[in-house]
Amino acid sequence: MRTATSPSASAADSVVQPVRTLLIYLVLGVLFGIVLTKSQVISWFRVQEMFRFQAFHMYGILGSAVITAAAGLQIIRRRELRSLDGQAIVIPPKDMGRGTRYWLGGTIFGLGWALVGACPGPLLALLGSGVGVMAVALMSAIAGTWVYGALRSRLPH
Amino acid sequence: MTSAMIRSLSEPWPWYVAGPLIGLLVPALLVAGNRMFGVSSNFRHLCAAVLPARLEFFNYDWRQKGIWNLVFALGILVGATVAGLYLDGNADVPLSAAARDSLSALGIHDLGGLVPAEYFSWSALMTGRGIVMIVGGGFLVGFGTGYAGGCTSGHGISGLADMQLPSLVAVAGFFAGGLIGTWLVLPLLLGA
Repeated sequence: MRTATSPSASAADSVVQPVRTLLIYLVLGVLFGIVLTKSQVISWFRVQEMFRFQAFHMYGILGSAVITAAAGLQIIRRRELRSLDGQAIVIPPKDMGRGTRYWLGGTIFGLGWALVGACPGPLLALLGSGVGVMAVALMSAIAGTWVYGALRSRLPH
Repeated sequence: MTSAMIRSLSEPWPWYVAGPLIGLLVPALLVAGNRMFGVSSNFRHLCAAVLPARLEFFNYDWRQKGIWNLVFALGILVGATVAGLYLDGNADVPLSAAARDSLSALGIHDLGGLVPAEYFSWSALMTGRGIVMIVGGGFLVGFGTGYAGGCTSGHGISGLADMQLPSLVAVAGFFAGGLIGTWLVLPLLLGA
């Protein structure tokens, strides 16, 4: 019940609000972790099957996720929905530049995806579902991002 | 939850259930707080939090930009733990016969669980193959997502749903790299 309108209550509200929002992110993350695990997106074998075009499963998940997300974005735009804190929802466009970072960075990531058999979300989910050695893969991924940050000014983008 | 419900949730989830649920995360995160669905930025936030080392890429307010994403990532870890403990999340995967044959030809005969046990274990970290797949693969995932500015979530789902051309280029790269890894590197590495 939000009936109090005294200054002290609204001050408390501004502190409570971010925590409440963080809880939403946590719940959505939990949902994502369960879905990734139960749909076997996190399976090394499924990733191999995908890159060998031997099942529709992973393409079905990626495709239907994109279509659902696109429909959600359309509804947000058409109805000019606002976020829970009352802000206009804005999606910043990505800068293409020369495009090198996208195809080259993407290819490097894809190579790693095939070897370790998991992209970032699934790496976390694998650790959660009990493949402990994925902690090493995650540490290595963080190191990889750090090395990119160190070399960034010398790489073509 | 009734035990019948838990039993049906413990079956492998089909793509047409999983895909739309994942897709719904994009509008849900935007409505929750104007956040764009993605996971790999967490690697950057952790670098910024732990070892920014005066590098421009890591000098930003990671708390303001990244706490939500780190909480979301923590949720993934928790969700997968719940699925593993209570929903039979580590069950064997119903792979296609073709995939079974190909993996067998690659010398991988144990298709149980979520990962090939012989290459993804602590003892495998003492072998060249294990190091390439776990440490090497992980490193390339982190380097590549940093370089490309996103992963399967950020570019593959958020970016494509928003019809951003850079994301399409990135996803083409993901698959190019994945095909090279699958058809060239793994057969060389596993000697098959």
